[in-house]
Amino acid sequence: MHDKRLVIVIGHYGSGKTEFAVNYAVKMKEIYENVSIADLDIVNPYFRSREKRKFFEEIGIKLSDSSIRNTAIDLPALPAEMMGVIANPNIKSILDVGGDPVGARVLARYAEQIKNVEYDMFYVINGNRPDTSTVEGVLKYMKLIETTSRLKITGLVNNTHMLKATTVEDVEFGHELTKKVSWETDIPIRYEAVIKETADKIKNQDIIEKLFPINLYMREEWMS
Amino acid sequence: MSKILMKGNEAVGAAAIKAGCKYFFGYPITPSSEIPEYISRKLPEAGGVFLQAESEIAAINMVYGAGGAGARVMTASSSPGISLKQEGITYCAGAEIPCVIVNMMRGGPGLGSIQPSQADYYQSTRGGGNGDYRTLCYAPSSIQELVDYIMLAFDKADYYRNPVLIAADGMIGQIMEAVEFKEPEPIELPPKDWATTGTGGKRKPVIVNSLYLQAEELQEHNKNLEKKYKVMEENEVRYEAFGLEDAEVVCVAYGTTSRIVKTAIKQAQAKGIKVGMIRPITLWPYPYDIYKQIGPNAKGILGVEMSLGQLTDDIKIGIAGRLPVYFNGTQGGMVPTPGSILAEIEKIAGGTK
Repeated sequence: MHDKRLVIVIGHYGSGKTEFAVNYAVKMKEIYENVSIADLDIVNPYFRSREKRKFFEEIGIKLSDSSIRNTAIDLPALPAEMMGVIANPNIKSILDVGGDPVGARVLARYAEQIKNVEYDMFYVINGNRPDTSTVEGVLKYMKLIETTSRLKITGLVNNTHMLKATTVEDVEFGHELTKKVSWETDIPIRYEAVIKETADKIKNQDIIEKLFPINLYMREEWMS
Repeated sequence: MSKILMKGNEAVGAAAIKAGCKYFFGYPITPSSEIPEYISRKLPEAGGVFLQAESEIAAINMVYGAGGAGARVMTASSSPGISLKQEGITYCAGAEIPCVIVNMMRGGPGLGSIQPSQADYYQSTRGGGNGDYRTLCYAPSSIQELVDYIMLAFDKADYYRNPVLIAADGMIGQIMEAVEFKEPEPIELPPKDWATTGTGGKRKPVIVNSLYLQAEELQEHNKNLEKKYKVMEENEVRYEAFGLEDAEVVCVAYGTTSRIVKTAIKQAQAKGIKVGMIRPITLWPYPYDIYKQIGPNAKGILGVEMSLGQLTDDIKIGIAGRLPVYFNGTQGGMVPTPGSILAEIEKIAGGTK
């Protein structure tokens, strides 16, 4: 299954959306010439993809973020070039959206434009977060985010982790949870995101098929 | 219970509720806004009351009221908001009201920035309010410690009838980490017979107040407070320390900064430099005595902090002139890197071995 040109990454607060979006952008840069990542996080004050501007510049990924050029402002300002990022058929675009319905609200402003193009909206699931450790919890946030964004989720990403200490069991637990969510919603699992160190140890064939090994770009070396 | 992933600010709320906090009064501010956000959702479910006050000053006075009535109560904010609460904190200290105050510090002075900082060290340890008072102050360096010390803070506040501060930097509030909610050690707490819970027609009214118009009485009150603070200095000092006996360089840091320092220490050790570390967990009372354990090989002490040498003042008191004290810090919301600390360690040790 091929991903659409426009990929929107959403999820519950703290599910690991940004880490997945950044890794996904890096992966797409291997395939596409023009890759763009838009940081639409108007909720978090720290750990936003805009902090990685230099990194993106180095590898040739275009970063669109707040029109106010400052990583340390929590003013919800959106980049004017968003319309181009959404509509331009020559750009492989990734939208990194803030968590929860409150973060996804920003999408509603672009919903009409997004509906005019083909898009994928990936919902990132971390089963180790207290509010999304059960099928009911995951479904609740999915529904709220869909309603708020006025867009449809097209794929699930199992990103169940314990940061650098993620075990195979964490991934498998998340996989089972995501599978149940997929069953309930008829939305396919598209990726199983796992840190590289643990990805090598996965034996479950179902997970391996969709395995998406990731680097922790957003965690400094001193962080757990 | 197994480990879950929580953001620091959410963990503050979860820990408080687990510790039996029934009232939260506050006003949101970045980078601690997720605390009221989380608590507004979860505290009512636990039978408590969340109230967004019209200002930080109103919030701390509500804390005074609830604490004075004997309830477990908390407020939280970030630096400029904590500044606004100082009047209420000294009132709580004067009236001996147990309460927990969480500060997710951001860059200052003034409105400053929303990025992490440790520049409220003086305010946390010397008191930003008026008068001779002290507040027990914990400085967690991980979300696990944040949770553990918030739960402990409620017990200590009740035990000493004193406000307890949690001084964390914005990074601790915003970072996500694995955490486990352990059952706290039960401690025996004195009955709150001083609390204004109504006489029921059976006893005389009690008054909770910090106003003593007679100088003699106020001096007496101050001396009683001093006795209490002495007991806290005796019993409540907490720290982590390692490698002091044969260290060439001793680093001192707390909170997030201590973790960056530990990364730098590992890199220095790999280069053959012996580095020890002191990490105060209580900023007040401060672990001055541990400095006596620093061995004769030490060439200097390096204080690392996200402020302009405030912690470094306490290092100087602790080392009492025995060794030179160096300072390596970032300000305004900048976070230090292991590389810059390593370079400083190498300089003090006299180069790479």
